[in-house]
Amino acid sequence: METFVVALTVFVLAIFVGFEVITKVPPTLHTPLMSGSNAISGITIIGAILSAGTQHTTLTAILGTLAVVFATINVVGGFAVTDRMLQMFKPSKREKV
Amino acid sequence: MGGSLINLAYLVSAVLFILGLKGLSHPRTAVRGNRLGALGMLIAIVATLLNQNIISYALVLVGLVVGAFIGLLMALRVQMTAMPQMVALLNGFGGIASALVAGASLIETTLPEVIPPVPLLQLTAATAASGIIGAVTFWGSLVAFGKLQGIITENPLQISSLHYINGILLLGAVGLGVMLTLNPTAVGYYWTLLAVASLVGLLLVFPIGGADMPVVIALLNSYSGLAAASTGFVLNNNALIITGSLVGASGIILTTIMCKAMNRSLRNVLFGVWVPSEAGPKAEDVYAGKVKATSPDELAMLLEGGRSVVIVPGYGMAVSQAQHAVRDLMQILEAQGIEVEFAIHPVAGRMPGHMNVLLAEADVPYNKLKEMDEINPRFEQVDVVIVIGANDVVNPLARTDPNSPIAGMPILDVDKARSVVVIKRSLSPGFAGIPNPLFSADNTLMLFADAREGVQGIISALKAK
Repeated sequence: METFVVALTVFVLAIFVGFEVITKVPPTLHTPLMSGSNAISGITIIGAILSAGTQHTTLTAILGTLAVVFATINVVGGFAVTDRMLQMFKPSKREKV
Repeated sequence: MGGSLINLAYLVSAVLFILGLKGLSHPRTAVRGNRLGALGMLIAIVATLLNQNIISYALVLVGLVVGAFIGLLMALRVQMTAMPQMVALLNGFGGIASALVAGASLIETTLPEVIPPVPLLQLTAATAASGIIGAVTFWGSLVAFGKLQGIITENPLQISSLHYINGILLLGAVGLGVMLTLNPTAVGYYWTLLAVASLVGLLLVFPIGGADMPVVIALLNSYSGLAAASTGFVLNNNALIITGSLVGASGIILTTIMCKAMNRSLRNVLFGVWVPSEAGPKAEDVYAGKVKATSPDELAMLLEGGRSVVIVPGYGMAVSQAQHAVRDLMQILEAQGIEVEFAIHPVAGRMPGHMNVLLAEADVPYNKLKEMDEINPRFEQVDVVIVIGANDVVNPLARTDPNSPIAGMPILDVDKARSVVVIKRSLSPGFAGIPNPLFSADNTLMLFADAREGVQGIISALKAK
Protein backbone atom coordinates (compact mmCIF):
# COMPACT_ATOMS: atom_id res chain seq x y z
CA MET A 1 0.00 0.00 0.00
CA GLU A 2 2.87 2.34 0.91
CA THR A 3 4.45 2.22 -2.56
CA PHE A 4 1.09 2.72 -4.17
CA VAL A 5 0.29 5.83 -2.17
CA VAL A 6 3.69 7.34 -2.96
CA ALA A 7 3.22 6.58 -6.64
CA LEU A 8 -0.31 8.00 -6.59
CA THR A 9 0.96 11.18 -4.90
CA VAL A 10 3.53 11.66 -7.64
CA PHE A 11 0.88 10.97 -10.28
CA VAL A 12 -1.64 13.48 -8.95
CA LEU A 13 0.93 16.23 -8.37
CA ALA A 14 2.37 15.74 -11.85
CA ILE A 15 -1.09 16.12 -13.38
CA PHE A 16 -1.40 19.51 -11.67
CA VAL A 17 2.01 20.56 -12.97
CA GLY A 18 0.92 19.39 -16.41
CA PHE A 19 -2.25 21.49 -16.33
CA GLU A 20 -0.33 24.57 -15.19
CA VAL A 21 2.34 24.26 -17.87
CA ILE A 22 0.16 23.18 -20.78
CA THR A 23 -2.51 25.86 -20.38
CA LYS A 24 0.21 28.43 -21.18
CA VAL A 25 0.90 26.95 -24.61
CA PRO A 26 -0.66 29.22 -27.30
CA PRO A 27 -2.99 27.66 -29.92
CA THR A 28 -0.41 28.49 -32.59
CA LEU A 29 1.81 25.78 -31.14
CA HIS A 30 -0.81 23.12 -30.46
CA THR A 31 0.37 20.80 -33.20
CA PRO A 32 4.03 20.83 -32.04
CA LEU A 33 2.72 20.47 -28.47
CA MET A 34 0.98 17.26 -29.47
CA SER A 35 3.93 15.79 -31.31
CA GLY A 36 6.37 16.93 -28.62
CA SER A 37 4.34 15.67 -25.65
CA ASN A 38 3.83 12.53 -27.69
CA ALA A 39 7.58 12.10 -27.94
CA ILE A 40 8.03 12.32 -24.18
CA SER A 41 5.27 9.77 -23.61
CA GLY A 42 7.76 7.41 -25.28
CA ILE A 43 9.46 7.40 -21.84
CA THR A 44 8.01 3.90 -21.60
CA ILE A 45 11.17 3.05 -23.56
CA ILE A 46 13.04 2.68 -20.26
CA GLY A 47 10.76 -0.18 -19.21
CA ALA A 48 11.15 -1.69 -22.67
CA ILE A 49 14.95 -1.54 -22.47
CA LEU A 50 14.91 -3.35 -19.12
CA SER A 51 12.71 -6.18 -20.41
CA ALA A 52 14.75 -6.52 -23.60
CA GLY A 53 18.02 -6.41 -21.66
CA THR A 54 17.29 -8.58 -18.63
CA GLN A 55 15.89 -11.36 -20.84
CA HIS A 56 14.29 -13.43 -18.10
CA THR A 57 12.45 -15.52 -20.68
CA THR A 58 12.50 -15.63 -24.46
CA LEU A 59 8.99 -14.21 -24.55
CA THR A 60 9.78 -11.23 -22.31
CA ALA A 61 12.88 -10.53 -24.39
CA ILE A 62 10.81 -10.52 -27.59
CA LEU A 63 8.06 -8.37 -26.06
CA GLY A 64 10.70 -6.00 -24.68
CA THR A 65 12.49 -5.68 -28.01
CA LEU A 66 9.23 -5.02 -29.85
CA ALA A 67 8.40 -2.38 -27.26
CA VAL A 68 11.86 -0.81 -27.71
CA VAL A 69 11.22 -0.52 -31.46
CA PHE A 70 7.77 1.06 -31.02
CA ALA A 71 8.88 3.39 -28.24
CA THR A 72 12.01 4.49 -30.15
CA ILE A 73 9.93 5.35 -33.23
CA ASN A 74 7.73 7.35 -30.90
CA VAL A 75 10.64 9.14 -29.23
CA VAL A 76 12.92 9.79 -32.20
CA GLY A 77 10.11 10.46 -34.68
CA GLY A 78 8.30 12.70 -32.21
CA PHE A 79 11.24 14.89 -31.22
CA ALA A 80 12.59 15.10 -34.78
CA VAL A 81 9.30 16.09 -36.38
CA THR A 82 8.60 18.61 -33.60
CA ASP A 83 12.00 20.19 -34.14
CA ARG A 84 11.35 20.34 -37.87
CA MET A 85 8.02 22.06 -37.30
CA LEU A 86 9.20 24.52 -34.66
CA GLN A 87 12.04 25.73 -36.84
CA MET A 88 9.45 26.90 -39.36
CA PHE A 89 7.85 29.31 -36.90
CA LYS A 90 9.42 32.72 -37.50
CA PRO A 91 8.41 36.25 -36.51
CA SER A 92 7.91 38.87 -39.21
CA LYS A 93 11.03 40.82 -40.14
CA ARG A 94 9.58 44.23 -39.44
CA GLU A 95 8.23 43.74 -35.94
CA LYS A 96 10.40 41.37 -33.94
CA VAL A 97 8.19 39.88 -31.23
CA MET B 1 25.42 2.73 -11.27
CA GLY B 2 23.27 2.21 -8.20
CA GLY B 3 19.48 2.32 -8.09
CA SER B 4 19.24 5.68 -6.39
CA LEU B 5 21.65 7.29 -8.85
CA ILE B 6 19.55 5.99 -11.72
CA ASN B 7 16.45 7.37 -10.02
CA LEU B 8 18.18 10.73 -9.63
CA ALA B 9 18.89 10.69 -13.36
CA TYR B 10 15.18 10.04 -13.96
CA LEU B 11 14.35 13.04 -11.80
CA VAL B 12 16.62 15.19 -13.97
CA SER B 13 14.80 13.85 -17.03
CA ALA B 14 11.40 14.67 -15.56
CA VAL B 15 12.53 18.22 -14.75
CA LEU B 16 13.85 18.64 -18.29
CA PHE B 17 10.52 17.45 -19.71
CA ILE B 18 8.65 20.03 -17.65
CA LEU B 19 11.06 22.80 -18.68
CA GLY B 20 10.72 21.62 -22.26
CA LEU B 21 6.95 21.93 -22.16
CA LYS B 22 7.30 25.35 -20.54
CA GLY B 23 9.45 26.36 -23.51
CA LEU B 24 6.48 25.68 -25.78
CA SER B 25 4.70 28.71 -24.30
CA HIS B 26 6.25 30.91 -27.00
CA PRO B 27 7.47 30.19 -30.55
CA ARG B 28 10.75 31.93 -29.70
CA THR B 29 11.66 29.49 -26.92
CA ALA B 30 9.93 26.44 -28.36
CA VAL B 31 12.84 24.95 -30.34
CA ARG B 32 15.05 25.04 -27.27
CA GLY B 33 12.24 23.59 -25.15
CA ASN B 34 11.80 20.65 -27.45
CA ARG B 35 15.54 19.99 -27.41
CA LEU B 36 15.57 20.11 -23.60
CA GLY B 37 12.92 17.41 -23.68
CA ALA B 38 15.02 15.34 -26.06
CA LEU B 39 18.02 15.76 -23.76
CA GLY B 40 15.89 14.55 -20.85
CA MET B 41 14.97 11.47 -22.85
CA LEU B 42 18.61 10.78 -23.70
CA ILE B 43 19.57 11.00 -20.01
CA ALA B 44 16.77 8.59 -19.07
CA ILE B 45 17.82 6.09 -21.74
CA VAL B 46 21.52 6.21 -20.83
CA ALA B 47 20.73 5.81 -17.11
CA THR B 48 18.57 2.80 -17.89
CA LEU B 49 21.32 1.20 -19.97
CA LEU B 50 23.56 1.34 -16.86
CA ASN B 51 21.17 -0.89 -14.91
CA GLN B 52 23.13 -3.87 -13.52
CA ASN B 53 20.38 -6.39 -14.24
CA ILE B 54 20.83 -6.02 -17.98
CA ILE B 55 22.68 -9.13 -19.18
CA SER B 56 22.78 -8.43 -22.92
CA TYR B 57 22.65 -5.28 -25.01
CA ALA B 58 22.21 -7.02 -28.36
CA LEU B 59 18.42 -6.90 -28.55
CA VAL B 60 18.25 -3.44 -26.98
CA LEU B 61 20.62 -2.03 -29.59
CA VAL B 62 18.75 -3.72 -32.43
CA GLY B 63 15.51 -2.24 -31.14
CA LEU B 64 17.00 1.23 -30.70
CA VAL B 65 18.62 1.29 -34.14
CA VAL B 66 15.59 -0.05 -36.00
CA GLY B 67 13.23 2.30 -34.13
CA ALA B 68 15.47 5.34 -34.58
CA PHE B 69 15.82 4.64 -38.30
CA ILE B 70 12.07 4.31 -38.85
CA GLY B 71 11.31 7.30 -36.63
CA LEU B 72 13.80 9.59 -38.37
CA LEU B 73 12.63 8.50 -41.80
CA MET B 74 9.03 9.29 -40.87
CA ALA B 75 9.92 12.64 -39.28
CA LEU B 76 12.04 13.88 -42.19
CA ARG B 77 9.76 12.75 -44.99
CA VAL B 78 6.30 13.56 -43.70
CA GLN B 79 4.51 16.46 -45.37
CA MET B 80 3.15 19.16 -43.09
CA THR B 81 -0.36 18.52 -44.44
CA ALA B 82 -0.01 14.90 -43.26
CA MET B 83 0.98 15.83 -39.70
CA PRO B 84 -2.32 14.61 -38.17
CA GLN B 85 -1.70 11.10 -39.54
CA MET B 86 1.88 11.12 -38.28
CA VAL B 87 0.88 12.17 -34.76
CA ALA B 88 -1.93 9.59 -34.74
CA LEU B 89 0.56 6.86 -35.64
CA LEU B 90 3.08 7.99 -33.01
CA ASN B 91 0.34 8.05 -30.34
CA GLY B 92 -0.50 4.49 -31.23
CA PHE B 93 3.10 3.31 -31.07
CA GLY B 94 3.55 4.85 -27.64
CA GLY B 95 0.38 3.15 -26.42
CA ILE B 96 1.29 -0.32 -27.67
CA ALA B 97 4.84 -0.02 -26.29
CA SER B 98 3.42 0.66 -22.81
CA ALA B 99 1.04 -2.30 -23.07
CA LEU B 100 3.87 -4.63 -24.20
CA VAL B 101 6.15 -3.49 -21.37
CA ALA B 102 3.38 -4.08 -18.83
CA GLY B 103 2.81 -7.57 -20.26
CA ALA B 104 6.51 -8.43 -20.12
CA SER B 105 6.69 -7.26 -16.48
CA LEU B 106 3.68 -9.39 -15.64
CA ILE B 107 5.39 -12.49 -17.02
CA GLU B 108 8.64 -11.63 -15.25
CA THR B 109 6.94 -11.47 -11.84
CA THR B 110 5.64 -15.02 -12.28
CA LEU B 111 9.27 -16.23 -12.33
CA PRO B 112 10.73 -17.41 -9.02
CA GLU B 113 13.97 -15.40 -9.37
CA VAL B 114 12.23 -12.06 -9.86
CA ILE B 115 11.13 -9.99 -6.86
CA PRO B 116 8.05 -7.98 -7.88
CA PRO B 117 8.82 -4.23 -7.77
CA VAL B 118 5.41 -3.46 -6.25
CA PRO B 119 2.73 -5.44 -4.37
CA LEU B 120 1.01 -7.96 -6.65
CA LEU B 121 -2.38 -6.28 -6.45
CA GLN B 122 -0.94 -2.95 -7.66
CA LEU B 123 1.12 -4.72 -10.31
CA THR B 124 -1.75 -6.66 -11.82
CA ALA B 125 -4.27 -3.82 -11.61
CA ALA B 126 -1.85 -1.38 -13.21
CA THR B 127 -0.91 -3.93 -15.86
CA ALA B 128 -4.58 -4.37 -16.73
CA ALA B 129 -5.04 -0.59 -16.96
CA SER B 130 -1.96 -0.23 -19.12
CA GLY B 131 -3.13 -3.08 -21.36
CA ILE B 132 -6.61 -1.66 -21.87
CA ILE B 133 -5.49 1.93 -22.46
CA GLY B 134 -2.51 0.89 -24.58
CA ALA B 135 -4.50 -1.41 -26.85
CA VAL B 136 -7.34 1.11 -27.27
CA THR B 137 -4.76 3.80 -28.10
CA PHE B 138 -2.95 1.61 -30.63
CA TRP B 139 -5.94 0.39 -32.60
CA GLY B 140 -7.88 3.63 -32.24
CA SER B 141 -4.87 5.51 -33.59
CA LEU B 142 -4.46 3.10 -36.50
CA VAL B 143 -8.10 3.68 -37.48
CA ALA B 144 -7.61 7.46 -37.13
CA PHE B 145 -4.51 7.17 -39.31
CA GLY B 146 -6.46 5.17 -41.88
CA LYS B 147 -9.22 7.77 -41.99
CA LEU B 148 -6.85 10.73 -42.29
CA GLN B 149 -4.82 8.97 -44.95
CA GLY B 150 -7.99 8.20 -46.89
CA ILE B 151 -7.62 4.41 -46.54
CA ILE B 152 -10.82 4.17 -44.48
CA THR B 153 -13.90 6.27 -45.23
CA GLU B 154 -13.97 9.59 -43.38
CA ASN B 155 -17.75 9.61 -43.29
CA PRO B 156 -19.30 9.22 -39.87
CA LEU B 157 -21.21 5.97 -39.44
CA GLN B 158 -24.60 6.06 -37.78
CA ILE B 159 -24.79 2.74 -35.98
CA SER B 160 -26.06 3.40 -32.47
CA SER B 161 -26.02 -0.30 -31.47
CA LEU B 162 -22.25 -0.22 -32.02
CA HIS B 163 -21.84 1.79 -28.85
CA TYR B 164 -23.69 -0.80 -26.78
CA ILE B 165 -21.52 -3.56 -28.20
CA ASN B 166 -18.50 -1.45 -27.43
CA GLY B 167 -19.67 -0.79 -23.87
CA ILE B 168 -20.10 -4.52 -23.27
CA LEU B 169 -16.65 -5.21 -24.71
CA LEU B 170 -15.10 -2.58 -22.46
CA LEU B 171 -16.83 -4.10 -19.42
CA GLY B 172 -15.49 -7.48 -20.54
CA ALA B 173 -11.95 -6.08 -20.69
CA VAL B 174 -12.30 -4.61 -17.20
CA GLY B 175 -13.69 -7.95 -15.98
CA LEU B 176 -10.66 -9.74 -17.41
CA GLY B 177 -8.50 -7.22 -15.56
CA VAL B 178 -10.26 -8.07 -12.30
CA MET B 179 -9.71 -11.80 -12.99
CA LEU B 180 -6.04 -11.02 -13.51
CA THR B 181 -5.73 -9.29 -10.15
CA LEU B 182 -7.31 -12.36 -8.51
CA ASN B 183 -5.02 -14.78 -10.38
CA PRO B 184 -1.73 -12.88 -10.90
CA THR B 185 0.04 -15.86 -12.49
CA ALA B 186 -2.67 -16.47 -15.09
CA VAL B 187 -1.04 -14.40 -17.84
CA GLY B 188 -3.59 -15.72 -20.33
CA TYR B 189 -6.11 -13.25 -18.94
CA TYR B 190 -3.83 -10.41 -20.00
CA TRP B 191 -3.59 -11.50 -23.63
CA THR B 192 -7.36 -11.95 -23.81
CA LEU B 193 -7.76 -8.49 -22.26
CA LEU B 194 -5.47 -7.04 -24.94
CA ALA B 195 -7.52 -8.69 -27.69
CA VAL B 196 -10.83 -7.39 -26.31
CA ALA B 197 -9.44 -3.88 -25.71
CA SER B 198 -8.11 -3.87 -29.29
CA LEU B 199 -11.66 -4.40 -30.54
CA VAL B 200 -12.84 -1.55 -28.31
CA GLY B 201 -10.23 0.76 -29.86
CA LEU B 202 -11.26 -0.19 -33.40
CA LEU B 203 -14.98 0.22 -32.77
CA LEU B 204 -14.53 3.44 -30.81
CA VAL B 205 -12.89 5.43 -33.62
CA PHE B 206 -14.37 3.68 -36.65
CA PRO B 207 -17.75 5.49 -36.60
CA ILE B 208 -16.27 8.95 -35.98
CA GLY B 209 -16.21 11.38 -38.92
CA GLY B 210 -13.14 13.08 -40.36
CA ALA B 211 -13.99 16.55 -39.10
CA ASP B 212 -14.01 15.25 -35.52
CA MET B 213 -10.46 13.92 -35.84
CA PRO B 214 -8.93 16.87 -33.91
CA VAL B 215 -10.80 15.69 -30.82
CA VAL B 216 -9.97 12.04 -31.40
CA ILE B 217 -6.26 12.66 -31.88
CA ALA B 218 -6.09 14.87 -28.80
CA LEU B 219 -7.87 12.22 -26.76
CA LEU B 220 -5.60 9.43 -28.00
CA ASN B 221 -2.65 11.70 -27.21
CA SER B 222 -3.89 11.81 -23.64
CA TYR B 223 -4.39 8.03 -23.59
CA SER B 224 -0.82 7.37 -24.72
CA GLY B 225 0.33 9.37 -21.69
CA LEU B 226 -2.01 7.55 -19.33
CA ALA B 227 -0.78 4.19 -20.66
CA ALA B 228 2.79 5.24 -19.87
CA ALA B 229 1.72 6.39 -16.38
CA SER B 230 0.00 3.04 -15.75
CA THR B 231 3.14 1.23 -16.78
CA GLY B 232 4.94 3.45 -14.29
CA PHE B 233 2.69 2.00 -11.57
CA VAL B 234 3.62 -1.49 -12.80
CA LEU B 235 7.37 -0.83 -12.63
CA ASN B 236 7.22 1.53 -9.65
CA ASN B 237 9.02 4.08 -11.83
CA ASN B 238 8.44 7.78 -11.13
CA ALA B 239 9.86 8.89 -14.47
CA LEU B 240 7.05 7.06 -16.26
CA ILE B 241 4.41 8.24 -13.81
CA ILE B 242 5.41 11.93 -14.00
CA THR B 243 5.86 11.98 -17.75
CA GLY B 244 2.74 9.97 -18.40
CA SER B 245 0.59 12.30 -16.33
CA LEU B 246 2.08 15.39 -18.01
CA VAL B 247 1.09 14.02 -21.41
CA GLY B 248 -2.24 12.83 -20.08
CA ALA B 249 -2.99 16.35 -18.82
CA SER B 250 -1.86 17.89 -22.10
CA GLY B 251 -4.12 15.66 -24.16
CA ILE B 252 -7.11 16.30 -21.91
CA ILE B 253 -6.63 20.07 -22.15
CA LEU B 254 -6.46 19.94 -25.95
CA THR B 255 -9.50 17.66 -26.07
CA THR B 256 -11.46 20.15 -23.96
CA ILE B 257 -10.40 23.09 -26.12
CA MET B 258 -11.43 21.25 -29.28
CA CYS B 259 -14.80 20.25 -27.85
CA LYS B 260 -15.50 23.82 -26.73
CA ALA B 261 -14.59 25.11 -30.17
CA MET B 262 -17.28 22.87 -31.62
CA ASN B 263 -19.73 23.52 -28.77
CA ARG B 264 -20.09 19.76 -28.28
CA SER B 265 -19.44 17.51 -25.34
CA LEU B 266 -16.79 14.81 -25.55
CA ARG B 267 -19.59 12.29 -25.14
CA ASN B 268 -21.35 13.73 -28.14
CA VAL B 269 -18.21 13.56 -30.29
CA LEU B 270 -17.46 9.96 -29.31
CA PHE B 271 -20.93 8.48 -29.13
CA GLY B 272 -23.18 11.10 -30.65
CA VAL B 273 -25.26 10.23 -33.66
CA TRP B 274 -25.27 13.23 -35.98
CA VAL B 275 -28.85 13.69 -37.15
CA PRO B 276 -29.13 15.97 -40.19
CA SER B 277 -31.36 18.85 -39.22
CA GLU B 278 -34.73 19.02 -40.98
CA ALA B 279 -35.71 22.18 -39.16
CA GLY B 280 -33.04 24.44 -40.66
CA PRO B 281 -33.35 26.36 -43.91
CA LYS B 282 -33.09 24.46 -47.18
CA ALA B 283 -30.12 25.04 -49.45
CA GLU B 284 -32.35 26.19 -52.36
CA ASP B 285 -34.03 28.83 -50.19
CA VAL B 286 -30.73 30.13 -48.86
CA TYR B 287 -28.86 30.26 -52.16
CA ALA B 288 -31.52 30.71 -54.88
CA GLY B 289 -30.70 33.73 -57.02
CA LYS B 290 -28.66 35.40 -54.30
CA VAL B 291 -25.20 33.91 -54.74
CA LYS B 292 -22.82 36.23 -56.57
CA ALA B 293 -20.04 34.47 -58.45
CA THR B 294 -16.97 36.51 -59.22
CA SER B 295 -13.72 36.38 -61.18
CA PRO B 296 -10.08 36.80 -60.17
CA ASP B 297 -9.91 40.12 -62.05
CA GLU B 298 -12.84 41.54 -60.11
CA LEU B 299 -11.28 40.34 -56.86
CA ALA B 300 -7.94 41.93 -57.73
CA MET B 301 -9.70 45.29 -58.04
CA LEU B 302 -11.58 44.74 -54.78
CA LEU B 303 -8.39 43.85 -52.94
CA GLU B 304 -6.46 46.82 -54.27
CA GLY B 305 -9.16 49.12 -53.00
CA GLY B 306 -8.85 47.79 -49.45
CA ARG B 307 -6.44 48.57 -46.66
CA SER B 308 -6.86 45.55 -44.43
CA VAL B 309 -7.31 41.93 -45.51
CA VAL B 310 -7.90 38.90 -43.30
CA ILE B 311 -7.42 35.40 -44.68
CA VAL B 312 -9.37 32.53 -43.11
CA PRO B 313 -7.83 29.16 -43.97
CA GLY B 314 -9.68 25.85 -43.59
CA TYR B 315 -9.06 22.22 -44.32
CA GLY B 316 -9.62 22.91 -48.03
CA MET B 317 -6.35 24.89 -48.05
CA ALA B 318 -4.51 21.86 -46.69
CA VAL B 319 -6.15 19.48 -49.16
CA SER B 320 -5.08 21.50 -52.18
CA GLN B 321 -1.67 22.41 -50.68
CA ALA B 322 -2.47 26.08 -51.19
CA GLN B 323 -0.38 27.44 -48.30
CA HIS B 324 2.51 28.60 -50.50
CA ALA B 325 0.19 30.35 -52.94
CA VAL B 326 -1.51 32.02 -49.98
CA ARG B 327 1.87 33.26 -48.76
CA ASP B 328 2.58 34.73 -52.23
CA LEU B 329 -0.77 36.50 -52.15
CA MET B 330 0.07 37.90 -48.71
CA GLN B 331 3.40 39.26 -49.94
CA ILE B 332 1.92 40.88 -53.04
CA LEU B 333 -0.78 42.59 -51.02
CA GLU B 334 1.71 43.74 -48.40
CA ALA B 335 3.96 45.16 -51.11
CA GLN B 336 1.01 47.41 -51.98
CA GLY B 337 0.73 48.59 -48.40
CA ILE B 338 -2.28 46.44 -47.51
CA GLU B 339 -2.25 44.90 -44.05
CA VAL B 340 -2.74 41.10 -44.16
CA GLU B 341 -3.58 38.87 -41.21
CA PHE B 342 -4.81 35.32 -40.75
CA ALA B 343 -7.77 34.30 -38.61
CA ILE B 344 -7.56 30.72 -37.40
CA HIS B 345 -10.44 28.79 -35.90
CA PRO B 346 -9.40 26.27 -33.24
CA VAL B 347 -10.80 23.29 -35.15
CA ALA B 348 -9.69 24.36 -38.63
CA GLY B 349 -7.91 21.40 -40.18
CA ARG B 350 -7.62 17.90 -38.86
CA MET B 351 -5.70 18.49 -35.63
CA PRO B 352 -5.22 21.31 -33.12
CA GLY B 353 -2.94 23.98 -34.62
CA HIS B 354 -2.84 22.31 -38.05
CA MET B 355 -3.32 25.54 -40.04
CA ASN B 356 -0.63 27.35 -38.05
CA VAL B 357 1.96 24.72 -38.97
CA LEU B 358 1.00 24.82 -42.65
CA LEU B 359 1.30 28.61 -42.78
CA ALA B 360 4.55 28.55 -40.81
CA GLU B 361 5.86 26.07 -43.36
CA ALA B 362 5.07 28.61 -46.06
CA ASP B 363 7.04 31.29 -44.14
CA VAL B 364 4.06 33.22 -42.89
CA PRO B 365 5.30 34.95 -39.70
CA TYR B 366 3.59 33.58 -36.61
CA ASN B 367 2.58 37.02 -35.33
CA LYS B 368 0.20 37.31 -38.29
CA LEU B 369 -1.71 34.22 -37.15
CA LYS B 370 -4.58 35.47 -34.99
CA GLU B 371 -6.78 33.45 -32.67
CA MET B 372 -10.54 33.57 -32.92
CA ASP B 373 -11.10 35.55 -29.72
CA GLU B 374 -8.48 38.08 -30.72
CA ILE B 375 -9.71 38.81 -34.22
CA ASN B 376 -13.49 38.46 -33.84
CA PRO B 377 -14.10 41.95 -32.37
CA ARG B 378 -12.08 43.48 -35.24
CA PHE B 379 -13.87 42.02 -38.26
CA GLU B 380 -16.07 45.12 -38.61
CA GLN B 381 -12.99 47.17 -39.46
CA VAL B 382 -11.71 44.67 -42.01
CA ASP B 383 -12.13 45.61 -45.68
CA VAL B 384 -11.89 42.17 -47.26
CA VAL B 385 -12.00 38.69 -45.72
CA ILE B 386 -10.84 35.82 -47.92
CA VAL B 387 -12.21 32.46 -46.79
CA ILE B 388 -10.17 29.61 -48.28
CA GLY B 389 -11.61 26.13 -48.00
CA ALA B 390 -13.50 26.72 -44.74
CA ASN B 391 -17.25 26.39 -44.26
CA ASP B 392 -18.89 25.46 -40.96
CA VAL B 393 -16.49 27.59 -38.89
CA VAL B 394 -17.71 30.76 -40.67
CA ASN B 395 -21.41 29.86 -40.80
CA PRO B 396 -23.44 32.67 -39.15
CA LEU B 397 -26.30 30.20 -38.47
CA ALA B 398 -24.29 29.18 -35.40
CA ARG B 399 -25.15 32.61 -33.99
CA THR B 400 -28.60 33.16 -35.42
CA ASP B 401 -30.44 29.82 -35.62
CA PRO B 402 -30.91 28.10 -32.25
CA ASN B 403 -32.20 24.95 -33.99
CA SER B 404 -29.16 24.55 -36.19
CA PRO B 405 -26.91 21.54 -35.50
CA ILE B 406 -24.05 24.01 -35.05
CA ALA B 407 -26.05 26.42 -32.85
CA GLY B 408 -23.81 28.01 -30.25
CA MET B 409 -20.59 26.87 -31.87
CA PRO B 410 -18.09 29.73 -31.69
CA ILE B 411 -17.41 30.92 -35.23
CA LEU B 412 -15.23 33.49 -36.93
CA ASP B 413 -17.56 36.46 -37.51
CA VAL B 414 -16.34 37.07 -41.06
CA ASP B 415 -19.83 38.15 -42.18
CA LYS B 416 -19.29 41.40 -40.27
CA ALA B 417 -16.44 42.47 -42.54
CA ARG B 418 -17.11 44.99 -45.34
CA SER B 419 -16.61 42.39 -48.08
CA VAL B 420 -16.20 38.64 -47.92
CA VAL B 421 -14.64 36.51 -50.63
CA VAL B 422 -15.15 32.75 -50.41
CA ILE B 423 -12.92 30.52 -52.50
CA LYS B 424 -14.65 27.18 -52.74
CA ARG B 425 -15.25 24.63 -55.45
CA SER B 426 -19.04 24.50 -55.07
CA LEU B 427 -21.85 25.33 -52.69
CA SER B 428 -21.65 21.84 -51.17
CA PRO B 429 -22.16 21.79 -47.41
CA GLY B 430 -19.41 21.20 -44.86
CA PHE B 431 -19.33 18.46 -42.26
CA ALA B 432 -22.44 19.76 -40.51
CA GLY B 433 -24.43 19.17 -43.70
CA ILE B 434 -26.21 22.52 -43.61
CA PRO B 435 -26.29 25.46 -46.04
CA ASN B 436 -24.23 28.52 -45.21
CA PRO B 437 -26.06 31.87 -45.52
CA LEU B 438 -22.67 33.58 -45.67
CA PHE B 439 -22.35 32.42 -49.29
CA SER B 440 -25.47 34.34 -50.34
CA ALA B 441 -24.97 37.39 -48.11
CA ASP B 442 -25.04 40.84 -49.73
CA ASN B 443 -21.38 41.50 -48.97
CA THR B 444 -20.13 38.08 -50.14
CA LEU B 445 -18.57 37.15 -53.47
CA MET B 446 -17.97 33.52 -54.39
CA LEU B 447 -14.95 32.44 -56.39
CA PHE B 448 -15.75 28.92 -57.50
CA ALA B 449 -12.34 27.26 -57.74
CA ASP B 450 -9.94 24.88 -56.09
CA ALA B 451 -8.19 26.70 -53.25
CA ARG B 452 -4.76 26.84 -54.85
CA GLU B 453 -5.97 27.60 -58.37
CA GLY B 454 -8.27 30.30 -57.03
CA VAL B 455 -5.49 32.02 -55.09
CA GLN B 456 -3.09 31.72 -58.00
CA GLY B 457 -5.76 33.26 -60.23
CA ILE B 458 -6.01 36.30 -57.97
CA ILE B 459 -2.21 36.59 -57.88
CA SER B 460 -1.96 36.63 -61.70
CA ALA B 461 -4.74 39.20 -61.87
CA LEU B 462 -2.95 41.40 -59.33
CA LYS B 463 0.35 41.08 -61.21
CA ALA B 464 -1.26 41.90 -64.52
CA LYS B 465 -2.21 45.37 -63.27
